[in-house]
Amino acid sequence: MNILVCVSRVPDTAAKIKVAGDNKSVETTGVKFILNPYDEYALEEAIQLQESKGGELTVLTVAGDEATDILRTALAMGADKAIHIKANQLEKDSFYVANNIANVAKELNPDIIFLGKQSIDFDSFQISSLLGGLLDLPSVDVVSSINYADGSITGEKDIEGGKESFETSLPAIISVQKGIKEPRYPKLPQIMKAKQKPIEVKEAIETPLRTEILEMTLPEKARAGKILTGSDADIDELVRLLHEDAKVI
Amino acid sequence: MKVLVLVEEHKGSLKRSSCEAITAANQLTSSDNITAIALNASESALKSAGKYGASNAVNASESSIKGEAPALSKIISDYALQNSFDTVLFAADSIGKEVAPRVSVKLEAGYVADCVGLEVNGSNIVATKPVYAGKAQAKVKINTSKNILSLRPNVFTAKVIAEGTEANYSSFTPTLDDKSKSVKITSISKNEGKLDVAEADIVVSGGRGLKEPEHFNLVENLASALGGAVGASRAVVDAGWRPHSEQVGQTGKTVSPSLYVACAISGAVQHLAGMSSSKFIVAINKDADAPIFKITDYGIVGDVFEVLPKLTEKIKARH
Repeated sequence: MNILVCVSRVPDTAAKIKVAGDNKSVETTGVKFILNPYDEYALEEAIQLQESKGGELTVLTVAGDEATDILRTALAMGADKAIHIKANQLEKDSFYVANNIANVAKELNPDIIFLGKQSIDFDSFQISSLLGGLLDLPSVDVVSSINYADGSITGEKDIEGGKESFETSLPAIISVQKGIKEPRYPKLPQIMKAKQKPIEVKEAIETPLRTEILEMTLPEKARAGKILTGSDADIDELVRLLHEDAKVI
Repeated sequence: MKVLVLVEEHKGSLKRSSCEAITAANQLTSSDNITAIALNASESALKSAGKYGASNAVNASESSIKGEAPALSKIISDYALQNSFDTVLFAADSIGKEVAPRVSVKLEAGYVADCVGLEVNGSNIVATKPVYAGKAQAKVKINTSKNILSLRPNVFTAKVIAEGTEANYSSFTPTLDDKSKSVKITSISKNEGKLDVAEADIVVSGGRGLKEPEHFNLVENLASALGGAVGASRAVVDAGWRPHSEQVGQTGKTVSPSLYVACAISGAVQHLAGMSSSKFIVAINKDADAPIFKITDYGIVGDVFEVLPKLTEKIKARH
């Protein structure tokens, strides 16, 4: 089974976000970047699938030069090779990314494409379904478990307040939920070995922006910020405020 | 602008998030230009779209599908193209999130996901969406002549603008090829009676300060007294005390309920990102310096083991 995993490079979840001088992007200086956490789960699912069924596991990203680090991490976890689609265009939107992945996926012809359910920077959870549309392939999002059969898979996906069981033919695109398989931490020998694995660099195909960021701001909301104690009188006061100010009870 | 809105029925009525999307459509154009579309919905539920400002309502009747994205996106794309709709709105829920991007491919339209604000700027739509789990917000302009938007639930308030008005109802049978039926939902299991944290209007969350998983009953009791859902911090989910479906924060769910109560949660950046857009925030924590107090409307510096039972009793006493 040939497997493609699409990954992205995002600020660490603990990073404090500051708006950059252009007022359209975020400050990257001094910010730690990581492999998108949901993509780690996608990689782990892919690695275990390859371990049981064989085939080749390719990891891919659409990004500038800086993204070599996350590709090395993915190779250390267990991917066989990496494709780095170099995005020269400064501003990218989701369609740009999906269009470039689709372009390479058509050559690779994978049996299954895995992604994390969202990248934790733009939280647009759309690459999987854009790929589904562009490649005219089935796609299923927020998948929490998968069983593999010949030419098809069954599994479960999270929905509001429950789960759905699904089946789909292959090839297919699957975006995974946190926890589907616990991602491994690469050890030193794997990290060393990953340095020898190939990273193929391809130039991105330019794609006109369908959406563009005009402005980035930090949310500011005035809060009363009133501090009470745990006394009976204060709890009564809180209940009164919930009723009269918040009008929720 | 001619706007199509995907709506969904739940227990005989339109879902609240569907009504919110119709209300939002009225910010973009007049009611005459708004059509609600649903899959396998009842005539009465669809007609009720009229009072929120959709003049027309159309039902796609196809019992063999349950909302699978490849099939549903084909139905909506075909309908939008045949009837010259330039804008399609979705709720950013599990169905909308999967269907909207596919429709944007078919319509060659720009798509902005999970919007919390919409404005029209000349002939373009400019949408506001949270990024970095709400740590920042981006204003995004759609450059194409067609627009696809999904709207975060609980943000746009559903408004009845024409009480008693029914939408013009029609129904059709869509054409689906085998390819669009490649994904099949074989069963659905919902935790009946249990509110999902992302959909709830009130959320009560617990963190590591509760010390033991059993102590979450204090959180559950307050949630049930308030008629809300239970949420959890990443620490307690990682520790296996609570399921991932309850996790609020950057690698969990982003919520914006009317009331958020954080119990024994110190307020890591990634948790704050997931709940700071809540309308009203209460925190209970014994550490007066906990970061959570920086974003609360009302903070109680106190012991959750004493405060929660008392607060629960006093709220129950009000009913």
